[in-house]
Amino acid sequence: MHELSVVESMTAVVLKHAERNGAKKVAKINLVLGTVSSVMEEPVRFYFEMLSKDTVAEGAELCFRRTPFVARCKSCGSEYEVEDFDFTCPECKGTEVEIVSGREFQVESIEIN
Amino acid sequence: MEIKVLEGIFDANEIIARENRELLDGSGVFMVNLMASPGAGKTSFILATLDGVKDSLSCAVIEGDIAGKVDSERIAEQGVAAVQINTGGSCHLEAKQVNHALEHLDLDRLDMVLVENVGNLVCPAEFKLGEDLKVMILSVAEGHDKPLKYPLMFSESDVLIVNKTDLIEHTDFDMEALKETVRKMNPGVEMFEISCRTGEGVERWTDWLTEKVRSA
Repeated sequence: MHELSVVESMTAVVLKHAERNGAKKVAKINLVLGTVSSVMEEPVRFYFEMLSKDTVAEGAELCFRRTPFVARCKSCGSEYEVEDFDFTCPECKGTEVEIVSGREFQVESIEIN
Repeated sequence: MEIKVLEGIFDANEIIARENRELLDGSGVFMVNLMASPGAGKTSFILATLDGVKDSLSCAVIEGDIAGKVDSERIAEQGVAAVQINTGGSCHLEAKQVNHALEHLDLDRLDMVLVENVGNLVCPAEFKLGEDLKVMILSVAEGHDKPLKYPLMFSESDVLIVNKTDLIEHTDFDMEALKETVRKMNPGVEMFEISCRTGEGVERWTDWLTEKVRSA
């Protein structure tokens, strides 16, 4: 049931921007989904079909762009892909890091008619 | 025509989480988001924590469960204000639900609100509530390999409570292996080994928490 509330928010974002731009129809929704997000593509598609029914976004194609799990070391500044959630910097063995990508779920753009 | 949106889907929740944070800061209240799998001992942990801080902090509890109110009744029996949220099948609490629950509490009279999230190691990690501290509980009966299976939760938590240590001799739980795995995922995490049943280790946790709330 995790994705239902997430897809409600996603559909609201899409409809808000569709309405703001006077869309008659949303043809495609481009989404960015981090590889370590707990959101799964299949349930998103399932709930979107249900929630977009009778809206301008009904039938829109969902396109997912997956982003790698990347961290930046706060000590030496190097960026690297995190494996198995081991955040240790491969360059300087630093452990103070910030996450660059991999956690996000974002509506990047919509294609409207 | 392509329209740039660039809007995070968790943004709506995070805006409300920030509102909760401001509301709590306005009354000087510290909020703890407590997460664990079902049966890890969340409610017993809350009762032990409340008992440990009762002379120093004024507390209330928000209970998130899919159904029922047994947990909030157990808390209320101790004379502590408890608000029950039933998520009706949803597997995590969201900031909006906590916002409604906070309306039922007299925040000006409180120092701390403990929020018991829905028993689940997956999605509660994704939804900020406006908390000051994320605490997760792992009971030794669940096994020391759980961080490898639920890495997001273990990497997001500020505090890891290892509960039911009185049972450890009956399990294959390897405390050192757990610590090594968790330190790599989350170097800043505070770990406490406790048994809510025997009370062992609880005081070290409640002393640390009291100090944390007072210095916030």
